[in-house]
Amino acid sequence: MKSLESIVERCTELAFDLNFTHAKEWKAEEEGRVLVGYMPVYIPREIIHAVNGLAVGIMGAGDRKQIIKGDAYYQSYICHIPRGIIEMALDDNLNDFDGFIFPAICDVIRNLSGMFKVIQKGTFVKYLDLPQNFQSHIGGEFYHKEMEHILEYIEKINGARVTTEKLNHSIELFNHNRRLLEMIYDLRQKYPWRMTNVDLYHIVRAGQVIPVEEHNEILEAVHDHLQKDIGVKQDRIKVVVSGSFCEQPPVGLIKSIEMAGCYVVDDDFMIGSRWIQGDVDDASGNPLKALAEAYISRSPFSSSVYDVDNPKEGRLADLVKKRKADGVIFAAPSFCDPALLDSPILQKGCDDRKIRYIGIQYSENTGQFKVIKEQVGAFSDSIKLWEDEPVAV
Amino acid sequence: MIIQKEMIAGLFKDLASVKESGKKVVYTFIPGNLSELIRSFDMLPVYPEINALQSGMRKKSGEFIREAERHGHSEDVCTYVKCDVGMMIKGNIGPTGEKLPDPDLLLLSYTGCFTFMKWFETLERLYPGVPVALIQSPYQEDATITPEMTEYMVKQLKEEVIPKMEEVSGQKFDEEKLKGILKLSAEAEDWIVKIFDSTKHRPSPIDAYFAGVYYIGPINIGFRGTQEAVDYYKELYKEVQERIAKGLGPITPEGVMKEEKFRLVVEGPPNWTSFREFWKLFYDRGAVIVASSYTKVGGVYDYGFRHDSEHPLETLAEYCMNCYTNLNLPQRINLLEKCITEYHADGYLTNSIKSCNSFAAGQLMMMRELEERLEIPVGFIETDLVDPRYFSYSNIKNRLESFFEMLEQRLLIEQD
Amino acid sequence: MSKYYLGIDLGSTTSKAVIINEKDEIIGRGITNTRANYKVAADIAKLEAIYDARFTLLTQKLEAEIAKKPEFKKYIADTRAVFQYLQFKHRVDRLTEELLKSASTMRTESKDLVVDHIRNIMDKIVPEIRNDFVEGDLATKNEFFRDIVSERYNREVELIDKELFESLLLAYDKSITPVENEMVKYDFEKLVYEALDILDEKYNGLAEESTAGESLGFDVELNLLKGNYKQAEDSLKQHIGDIARQEIHIANMVGTGYGRALLPFPDDCIKSEILCHAFGAHAVFPDTRTVLDIGGQDTKAIQVDSRGLVTSFHMNDRCAAGCGRYLGYIADEFNISLNELGPEALEADRETNICSTCTVFAGAEVRELLNVGEKRSNILAGLHKAIVMRAMSLLARSGGVRNEFTFTGGVARNQAVLKYVGQMVAESYGDDIVMNIHTDSIFMGALGGAMFARRNIEVDLPAKKRKAAKAV
Repeated sequence: MKSLESIVERCTELAFDLNFTHAKEWKAEEEGRVLVGYMPVYIPREIIHAVNGLAVGIMGAGDRKQIIKGDAYYQSYICHIPRGIIEMALDDNLNDFDGFIFPAICDVIRNLSGMFKVIQKGTFVKYLDLPQNFQSHIGGEFYHKEMEHILEYIEKINGARVTTEKLNHSIELFNHNRRLLEMIYDLRQKYPWRMTNVDLYHIVRAGQVIPVEEHNEILEAVHDHLQKDIGVKQDRIKVVVSGSFCEQPPVGLIKSIEMAGCYVVDDDFMIGSRWIQGDVDDASGNPLKALAEAYISRSPFSSSVYDVDNPKEGRLADLVKKRKADGVIFAAPSFCDPALLDSPILQKGCDDRKIRYIGIQYSENTGQFKVIKEQVGAFSDSIKLWEDEPVAV
Repeated sequence: MIIQKEMIAGLFKDLASVKESGKKVVYTFIPGNLSELIRSFDMLPVYPEINALQSGMRKKSGEFIREAERHGHSEDVCTYVKCDVGMMIKGNIGPTGEKLPDPDLLLLSYTGCFTFMKWFETLERLYPGVPVALIQSPYQEDATITPEMTEYMVKQLKEEVIPKMEEVSGQKFDEEKLKGILKLSAEAEDWIVKIFDSTKHRPSPIDAYFAGVYYIGPINIGFRGTQEAVDYYKELYKEVQERIAKGLGPITPEGVMKEEKFRLVVEGPPNWTSFREFWKLFYDRGAVIVASSYTKVGGVYDYGFRHDSEHPLETLAEYCMNCYTNLNLPQRINLLEKCITEYHADGYLTNSIKSCNSFAAGQLMMMRELEERLEIPVGFIETDLVDPRYFSYSNIKNRLESFFEMLEQRLLIEQD
Repeated sequence: MSKYYLGIDLGSTTSKAVIINEKDEIIGRGITNTRANYKVAADIAKLEAIYDARFTLLTQKLEAEIAKKPEFKKYIADTRAVFQYLQFKHRVDRLTEELLKSASTMRTESKDLVVDHIRNIMDKIVPEIRNDFVEGDLATKNEFFRDIVSERYNREVELIDKELFESLLLAYDKSITPVENEMVKYDFEKLVYEALDILDEKYNGLAEESTAGESLGFDVELNLLKGNYKQAEDSLKQHIGDIARQEIHIANMVGTGYGRALLPFPDDCIKSEILCHAFGAHAVFPDTRTVLDIGGQDTKAIQVDSRGLVTSFHMNDRCAAGCGRYLGYIADEFNISLNELGPEALEADRETNICSTCTVFAGAEVRELLNVGEKRSNILAGLHKAIVMRAMSLLARSGGVRNEFTFTGGVARNQAVLKYVGQMVAESYGDDIVMNIHTDSIFMGALGGAMFARRNIEVDLPAKKRKAAKAV
């Protein structure tokens, strides 16, 4: 088995390869393979997998790309992620991609799909209108048809017809992937010192840009490593980080949170990879329906999902309880309407339940974290000082 | 203008007296508003955006926004939401100085703006226990409305919206009544199209942006589907015809505009906090707006859509999906191109609104695309809807002056 | 009588005046700091431009001789430098007076010490400035009074006891603005004669030095001049009287720039700086199709057609990041003068990555970087690059760089900015793009204004003529 260090090293490389070399190589290996880029947050990657495709997460250019054209397309009061993505599209980073999927999460990503149409990037550009109606026969059915559209686009490219067997097989693989991730998060909750959150971040993010089979192998190995008694426990508080569902925080920010005295035991970075809570039925006669059903009934709370009968503040509190966390760090991207409009709701929920929290704002290319370190440090110290007082959840 | 004012004042009067009249109140949004349906249940609409814009025009919004920010809202987010939240925290006193009634139903018609959803999540918590009906309008991502999109909406109407309306109003859904209302909607829409089409004339008899927002008022805030609205638009059309016959330009707050020097198409909502000053920057220079995308947020009728009383639910669905911000960027570009060409615009101006990503994200690309396609001079300014901190008069004046001078130069040369 | 046209560009940092003749040739330039008062700044710049114009007219009388003896050009340039110095000298002397006055009214114990120091400082920097004008090339740099004096004064203050630091700066701050805003009128004739005397000294000195038979720093012109400059001098003297008495008839003027609305000009004599900058830049470089102007308050990317008329433009958005102001802010943050920023940034071995283009945040970022031991020059290089990146985005917004590219505005004098603009234009648009930078780059707006002033009168746009005819 490969050492944890070497796995992390490989994942770190993959996670921020803005040329998507590995995915492009995968495509070149065999005739008929297609690459489908997708923007945050969630798409049913299973269906792409079932038709000889690889869904590649385009999670932004972070702080790794000089943005000039991107700023020409976006006013200063719009968040940072679309700048990097359009810059990549106008440069050659996204060549070889056959199509792009923009899930419905906010107006900025929605309009970015229109930009891709205007610059005619890829064979197809699909805005995936995720349902906000959570009834199977209404929202579920609409979503079912949306998935069929994606399959039609891909079939036009490579002629691949989807079958129940293929889809069920894909679902099985992604179920396994999600299960492994969940197991790793569970282990980290108990033994957060065994692996840093930054390493975990790279491992999860790498999974967005490589075939699921490969990622499963990596996760299995990581899971094995984490069962060993490695690392040294430190006196840190446990926190849940919430609000980073789309534009990713710079790695330096995650590192700063840890260095300031916190173990991040759950987060919504790249929440799309852990979207469906539990397994999707992989033995049904109608796998698309199964996927739709899973979306309808087992989506997590997120700033991009309307929370009709399932208020998000309660679900956040449940998560804090489940992870035995000491508090919440709301880390939201600047100019992100969904996350920032959620903050007062979630913070009030925390106030009501006496869960301690702080809020910070970042952009994917933030470079300096001194203030954030100080804030988080003060937060962790204050919790350590008050640790006798039980957290009422 | 007087009729329009009376209609709106009437609505607010009705709202102030719901306790006596027993009428039920529905909070909902302008884009994709289901006015006809609400009316068919004899309920009254309240539009939080309208309250926010009115607060902006009455110079109250700054205070409301700061109040919301004190309650944890970020400086970065939509100021309509913050203005509305701030107003509610401060007692929900409406534009007429009277307290607005609490909602009996929160109707989240979520069309073309994701932030609406967040807005209602916030409202829901401010009015716990009030039933919420959500209707999602699928986005015209592929520049078309497919049957399944309509079907999705009709299902939501049938199973989500109508049952909740029946429950709240205590009335059964009356399809015949709705059909009657829809007929009047179509009629009003015909007149509106004719009115906005009058800008083809030189000089244009109306301003389709600054004055346009007044003209669309009645149909946008719940009067679509009423005889009053039909009469108002008929009257307005007559007036417009008279202006054309007399060769008169548009009316401004300071009288008839003297000389039409520039014809513009404007993309993006206006600023409300300094609306008059903003408008003045245009008419002082002889700039008239011959078409604007903003007047299409409550419905796009340019391609022939009219409410169709024969298919009441389907037509409501299509109406929602046809609103401007529910169009994809290529569609928006095409629509603006049509406006620029048909109304013989000399320039294209973007008013980029800090609050509104639904408009703003992509505006720069749209502008470049139009500039390239039509070789039309373009201008770009930035303001906000209702946050007075984001209206820098000298900054905007400087940019507009440069833009007008550029147009002037061009026109002089083209005349050669 | 010849007609002249005046263009005034009231920028947020500097005010510029340009006078042109009927052939659109610049004959006079004036520049001053805007900080205090737009109206005064405009008057001072204008006055300076008129003196400068007179001088140009004077030297034009020697055209025939210059054609025969090209080395006369050098002599004329030298005379102009000294002439500028003498105008400058009036102000410096006034400054010394003011400084001593404000120091002597101070209520500190160390008052006498402060007075002594001020004397010493001025005794040191005044001859230094003289030397930079007379022997060096300060006159060609388009720098203005405050910048030239401040830089040297601050440098000297740094060397003095820290305890006096505040008093010395306080005295300076109190004195500089009134002196800067003073309208000083000179006797042109007298001033030129004085200049010629100083040059006599200089060239006589040269003649003596070179008796040893060495050539003068391998400068051919100087070698030639030392023998026959008297001839040029005599020719000049023949015309001084006439020129001094000649009326400089400003037939029309146009105001532009950030503060243009404050000028007491009629409406049609006010033009936006976009049009003026473009027109000016195009006049100097007729193949220009893209103009980038980085000024104090605004950055503008402008596309022009073959006639110099604007086809599209973009200005920076609300925040001032990426403008000259940003540099000013950074200079304050580092406590160095604006003129030192560029040179120091050029010493960097790499550019520190600066993420915040927001002035407020950049300050915090800079302090943190300094705390962690990042080299100052590298940070400065990063900041310069950040500004240029903003400008590049604006250029991209306006349609990119087409054909020849001209860079104007006060910030175009900053060498580090120039370096990054050059680099990034080449990266994005190919290295065959011609990039123009003129020593007069800061005057482009004023030049464009003057050119519009000339055209406004002639009504040489046919459509306007027709309109005028119709009105009659």
